[in-house]
Amino acid sequence: MIGNTPFVVCMILVALGLWALLSRRNLIKIVIGIKIIENGVNLFLVATGYVQDGIVPIYTYAPPDATMVLPTPQALTLTSIVIGLATTALMLAFAVVIHRHKKTLDGRKVTELSG
Amino acid sequence: MNLAAHAPILAIAVPLLGGFALPLWGKLHPSLRNLWLALVASLTAALTGFVMVQVLTTGIQVYTLGASSPGETLSPGGFPIRIVLTVDALSAFMGAIATLLAVVAFTYAWRYLEEEEGKTLALTLGTLLWAGMLGMAFTGDLFNLFVFFEVTSIAACGLIGYRTWTSRGPEAAFKTMVMYTVGGLFVLLAIALLYGEYGALNLAYLARLIQGTTVDRIALGLLLGGFLMKVGAVPLHMWAPDAYGEAPAQAVILLVANTQTSLYALFRILFTLYGGVANPAIGWLVVGLGMLTLVVAALMAVVQMDLGRLVAFGAVSQIGYMLLGVGVGLTVISSQPAFGLVAIQGGIFHMLNDAVAIGLLFLAVGAVEKATGNRNLGNLGGLGHDLGWTTGFFLVGSLALAGIPPLNGFASKLMIYESSFALSPILAALAILASILLLAVFVRAFQGAFLGPRLASPKPVPTAMLVAMGVLALGVLALGLFPELVVRHLVEPAAKALWEGREAYLRAVLGG
Amino acid sequence: MSVVVRTIARILAPVILVFGGYVILHGHLTPGGGFQGGAVAASAVALVLVAFGTPAVKRLKAPFSILEDLGGVAFVVLGFLGLGFTFFANSLAGMGGLFGTPVPPGPNPGYLNTAGTLPLMNWAVGLKVIGGLGTVLVLFGLVGRDDDR
Repeated sequence: MIGNTPFVVCMILVALGLWALLSRRNLIKIVIGIKIIENGVNLFLVATGYVQDGIVPIYTYAPPDATMVLPTPQALTLTSIVIGLATTALMLAFAVVIHRHKKTLDGRKVTELSG
Repeated sequence: MNLAAHAPILAIAVPLLGGFALPLWGKLHPSLRNLWLALVASLTAALTGFVMVQVLTTGIQVYTLGASSPGETLSPGGFPIRIVLTVDALSAFMGAIATLLAVVAFTYAWRYLEEEEGKTLALTLGTLLWAGMLGMAFTGDLFNLFVFFEVTSIAACGLIGYRTWTSRGPEAAFKTMVMYTVGGLFVLLAIALLYGEYGALNLAYLARLIQGTTVDRIALGLLLGGFLMKVGAVPLHMWAPDAYGEAPAQAVILLVANTQTSLYALFRILFTLYGGVANPAIGWLVVGLGMLTLVVAALMAVVQMDLGRLVAFGAVSQIGYMLLGVGVGLTVISSQPAFGLVAIQGGIFHMLNDAVAIGLLFLAVGAVEKATGNRNLGNLGGLGHDLGWTTGFFLVGSLALAGIPPLNGFASKLMIYESSFALSPILAALAILASILLLAVFVRAFQGAFLGPRLASPKPVPTAMLVAMGVLALGVLALGLFPELVVRHLVEPAAKALWEGREAYLRAVLGG
Repeated sequence: MSVVVRTIARILAPVILVFGGYVILHGHLTPGGGFQGGAVAASAVALVLVAFGTPAVKRLKAPFSILEDLGGVAFVVLGFLGLGFTFFANSLAGMGGLFGTPVPPGPNPGYLNTAGTLPLMNWAVGLKVIGGLGTVLVLFGLVGRDDDR
């Protein structure tokens, strides 16, 4: 059970992010909620690569016969962080444009579309 | 150098290169940019057609990125370590649908977008969306699927909200982006779970390894939830009317293709990845969601006054038909009765029919908007007097969507009705009722906008837009009059790839 | 911003840019690479934007945009270079010439001149990230003023 602690923490982060996303009205807080979910998922992804007593997976000056932590999830997480950057930038840009038109960031007040 | 073997990756790389280079040409001169776009579009269309012909004649195409030869999927240890593109009949079919809609969209956008409204940006985003859709259709690697999923999400939301001088576009784009991103994060969490459990990302390799443990079931639930958020099934359909209603018309048909590509990804996960542990309960879940989408979307279309949102609810409802058809096939896949294959064929054929018919309807609504300046049914009337071609196209699209013979909707819907009746008569009855309801809605819209006395004097519709709509209308008629040809040559190999082709898929990648 | 912040920003911004370039260049030997180095270099742009205000970076909008497109085009063209084998294949590794020295096996101090198309792709991605993030920062700085789209 102790070995599963990183995964449990990440699921708690995802749950917190989901709660923030669903219960807040301010657009920026919704974006922050999505970021928290994304951080939780990225941490989960990196944590899957852990090998007991492993060292950093870099070949430069590595000691011979060393067990290294898996590098693939690190590459996956890097890709995911870049994607998260792009989506966050886009969402914030749209929030800024909405604020410029409506002078408010309240999710309830900006609903022009209904039905 | 065997150029034919490189066709799958070239079909993805050419629109990617074209999309990156398009703003550079646009800064020089607009006609250079148009020429470059025409070049890139025709080259991509040719490559996609070539891939489809190759798959139908020689079988499943496999391409390994970065290896010393395209077929070298496994490393010396027997484990796939590179990204592998796997194109089977269903992937080629999906790529063809995406290419058809993209070519029509670019022809339409030639005259629909004004120069000062950011035409270069819209064309760039459209090209990148096309590259992302082809990537999602052709890939055989789970993480690559996620990456292209996000690429299409970002490009699609950029297209929805790029009219930043209004406030409705960015608002719809924000809501859509939130849904897409949360769906993508669920998919990523599922991929992390599967990677942590099995240590592999290749679809075929994972398919051999998956047993039905609890973690696998959680991963399946997350994948289902994530992809359904992008597909727009009820109760996760909230973004669809806003997005389809607010995006400019040429972007909407690209969005429809985007939704269908996500549906394809869902089918790939359900049938190929989890095919070894198939469970009728999942099939019933998909059938139930399909029925819910059908009925709820048709009901909500009744009260709409805006022409664009009305057609958008029709589009959501058609997704329900596809889910229903393929869900019936998934439910009975272990016992393999004959009507299961018919159901899957109906669902997949409906993807093509829906793409063409809904595309035609959305383009017609866009033409109305360009000619008169608004889309509210209360302000429109008597457009049939001046916009003769557009009226005809709208009529053809509505009848095709409602499933009237001899148009194409009838052929696929008949297959879905037959097979769902064999599974349970209630399904067929509700589906037919929803279809009749949708027909009533569209008749009301047609009568309100196009018949009756003239209420406004519209400007004429540019020829390029009429040509684009004409191509789709011809497609509707051709598919309606000759469904047998299309079903036998295109749809049946694609359906068989899901129904019984799982072993062939795994063998092609992993080599027996 | 006060004099202290502006002086420090004037000194630090070139240092941050150089560090970002170092991270990009050594991406095939040490942790780092295209995106990480590009993000570090873009933080220099953010520092200048916060310390000196928007007019200092306003004329960089067009150059950043062109840099971004050039980076993207370069990346895909580098992928095409491997078409003798497959797309993205590393055909420059071990061939001599630019970045072509073969790598001796086993752990070793990293040699910069190795790994074929990898450093070139790192540079393409790094330039694209600098261009992209720079454009985003400049556009956010322009919000509420005489901005366009």
